[in-house]
Amino acid sequence: MMRRTLAIALLAMPALAQSQPVMAQPIQVGAIEILSGPNAAYGVAIKGGLDLALDEINAKGILGGRKIQLTVEDSAANKDQAINAARKLIGRDKVVAIIGPTLSNEMFAVGPVTNERKIPTLGTSTTASGITEIGPYIFRTSLPESDVIPVTLKAAQARGVKTIALMYANDDAFSKSGFDVMKAAAEKAGLSILAIESFGSKDTDFSAQLTKIKSLKPDAIGLSALVEPVSGVLLQARSLGFGKETLFIGGNGSNSPKLGEIAGPAADGLIVGSPWFIGKKADNNEAFVAAYKAKYSRDPDQFAAQAYDAMKIMAGAIDRAGAAEPEKVRDALAKTDSSGVMGPFRFTEGRDPATAAGVVVLVMKAGKFAVLE
Amino acid sequence: MLAQQLVNGVLLGATYALFALGFTLMFGVLRVINLTYGFYFSAGAFLSLALTRQLGLGIWAALPLAAIGAGIMAVGIDWLLLTRLRRRATAELDSLMVTLGGVLALYSAMTAWLGPDIRRLPPGLVSADSFVIAGVRITTAQILILGATLLLVALLLALMRGTRLGLAIRAMAEKPDAAGLMGINTARASALVSFISGCLGGAGGVLIGLNFNAIHPYMGETMMLRGFVVIIVGGLGDIRGALIAGVALGVIEVLTAGYISSGLKEAVAFAILVAVLWTRPQGLFGRAVMRRA
Repeated sequence: MMRRTLAIALLAMPALAQSQPVMAQPIQVGAIEILSGPNAAYGVAIKGGLDLALDEINAKGILGGRKIQLTVEDSAANKDQAINAARKLIGRDKVVAIIGPTLSNEMFAVGPVTNERKIPTLGTSTTASGITEIGPYIFRTSLPESDVIPVTLKAAQARGVKTIALMYANDDAFSKSGFDVMKAAAEKAGLSILAIESFGSKDTDFSAQLTKIKSLKPDAIGLSALVEPVSGVLLQARSLGFGKETLFIGGNGSNSPKLGEIAGPAADGLIVGSPWFIGKKADNNEAFVAAYKAKYSRDPDQFAAQAYDAMKIMAGAIDRAGAAEPEKVRDALAKTDSSGVMGPFRFTEGRDPATAAGVVVLVMKAGKFAVLE
Repeated sequence: MLAQQLVNGVLLGATYALFALGFTLMFGVLRVINLTYGFYFSAGAFLSLALTRQLGLGIWAALPLAAIGAGIMAVGIDWLLLTRLRRRATAELDSLMVTLGGVLALYSAMTAWLGPDIRRLPPGLVSADSFVIAGVRITTAQILILGATLLLVALLLALMRGTRLGLAIRAMAEKPDAAGLMGINTARASALVSFISGCLGGAGGVLIGLNFNAIHPYMGETMMLRGFVVIIVGGLGDIRGALIAGVALGVIEVLTAGYISSGLKEAVAFAILVAVLWTRPQGLFGRAVMRRA
C-alpha cells in the first residue's frame, strides 16, 4: 500500500513539474475503501469491482483515448483516516472525482469535505438515509435500505410472520440507520415489535440479548449489522436453541456470501432483500460474474457488483463531461442514464438511485443464497 | 431466563478471565506494561487454525501446540522489544510506547500476510451439541473454556506458590536487582514468564476462537480493553483476582444487557473500572500482587 502510494506520488511528480500538454495524461480518480481491519471484506470486494471495470474502461479509453488512473486509499473503517484520505486524494493526486467511502458513517465524515471542495463523490455502498443530503456533489448508486427492507418484510409476512424482535449494532451509522428503517417498515407493515436489542459491531458475545429474545418467542428476528456480527449472532442463536420456527431477516449487511462462509448451516433460512444477485439472468451480469471469477477466483458479491457499475457510471460521466473537470463531471453524473449489471440506472433529483424494481428476496440454503420461492 | 442469563454471564466471564490470566502474569510479575499480549492471543488462534485446517490435527493436539508456538513468539518478541529497556531501567511509559508500536506493527503485518477476513475453526472440531440441564443450554466449547480456565488458574497458583521457579519469579518481581545478587538468573526467569503468559494467551485465543467462531488478526486487540478491566479490578498480578473479576465482569455485562438495556452493557462495565480505581486502586481483592502470593 505504502509503496504503491509512493510509486504513484513519484510518477505524478515530473508531471507536476513540467506542466506539459495534458492530453495523454491519465485522468485521476480516487477511491476510499476499507482495505484493512475487521470490515475489510467490503472494501476488498468493492476494490475488486472497481478494478475489473477499470480494466474494461482503460482497454477502450475515454475522452479520446485517455486512461483513468484509480488511486484507492485505505480508510480502515476510521472516519479520520477516511477524511485524511480524501484530503490527500484532492490535494496531492488532484482527482476529478471520488468513489466511496465504504461505510455510511465514513461518508457522513468525508462527504462534507469533498462537497466543500466541489469534488463529485459517488457512494457505492452507502445505504443510510440522509447521505445525499450532505450536498450537491454527493451521489450514490446504492439503493437506500428504505427501498429494500419493505420488500423483505413483505416476503416475511407472506410466510406468516406477525411478531418480530429487532437487533442492531449501535456503534455504526450503517447498522443504526438500517435498524431505523427496519423499525419504521415493521410498524408500517403492522408487525408487532416485541423487543429491541443492540450490541457493538465488534462484539462476539450476544447470549444475553438472544436469551431475552428467546423468552419472548417472536416469529422473526430482524438483524441490522455488518456480516461479521450477524454471523456471530446466528451461530450463537443456534447454540442457544433457536430453530426453524424463528425466521431471521437480514438487513443489507447480511447480504454477503461471507455469511455462509462464517456462519455455515447456522445461517440457513435467513432471508434478505438484495438489489443484485449473482444468479440474476442477464447477459451483462453473467459476463461480469465470469470475468470477476476469472480475475479473482472468487464469487463477486453485491458490493463488487455495485462498485463495478459505479466505476462505469463515473467513467461515462467523465466522458460525457468532455473534460476532466470536477464541475462538469458533476453535471454529467446527474444526467446519467445507463444500464449495468444491477439493471437500468438513473439518479433522482436528490442524487439517489431512481428505481427499486430490481430488488430480489434471497434465502440462505446450505451456506449459499438462493432466490426465495 | 435468569438461570440461562447467569450461565451466559459466567461463561462470558470465563473467557475474560482466560484472556486475562497471562496478561496479569506478564504485567504483574514483570512490572512492564506490555501491550503485545493481545497479539499472542491472535497468534494462538491462527496457529490452531493452520494446525487443524492444513494438518488436520484434532483440538487436543492443536491446542497445546498452538499455545507453545505463541509462547515461543512471546519470548522472542519480548526479548527483541524489551531487553534494551530493561537494561536501562527506563520509565514504564517507554515500555508502553515500544510495545504499542510493536503490537500495531505485528497486527498490521499479520493482516497483510493472512488477510483481514473472519475465519473459524473447522466446524466438527468439538461437538456442536448443546446440553440442556434444567432448561439451561451450554455447549461443549463453553464447557471446555470453563474447565480450561479453572485448570489453568489452579496450575498457575501451584507453580507460583509451590515451586522453586515460582519463588524465583516472585523474588524477581519483588526486587529484580536483589534477586540477581541472590543467584537467580533474572533474564531466564523473565523469559520463562514471557513464555508462560504467551502460552496462556495462545491457549485463550484457541478456546475463545472456538467458542465465538471469529478468528481474525485483530481479535486480540478487541479483548485488550476487557483484559485491562479484569486485571485492574482483580489486582495486578493477582491470579485468583483475575478469575473473580473476569467472571464478575461477564455476569454484570450479561445481566445489564438482559434486564436493563443492551446499549448500557459496556457503560456499566467501564463505570465499575472507574469506581474501583477511585476506591481501591490496589484491586478489589486488596491482596494485589503475586509478589506476596
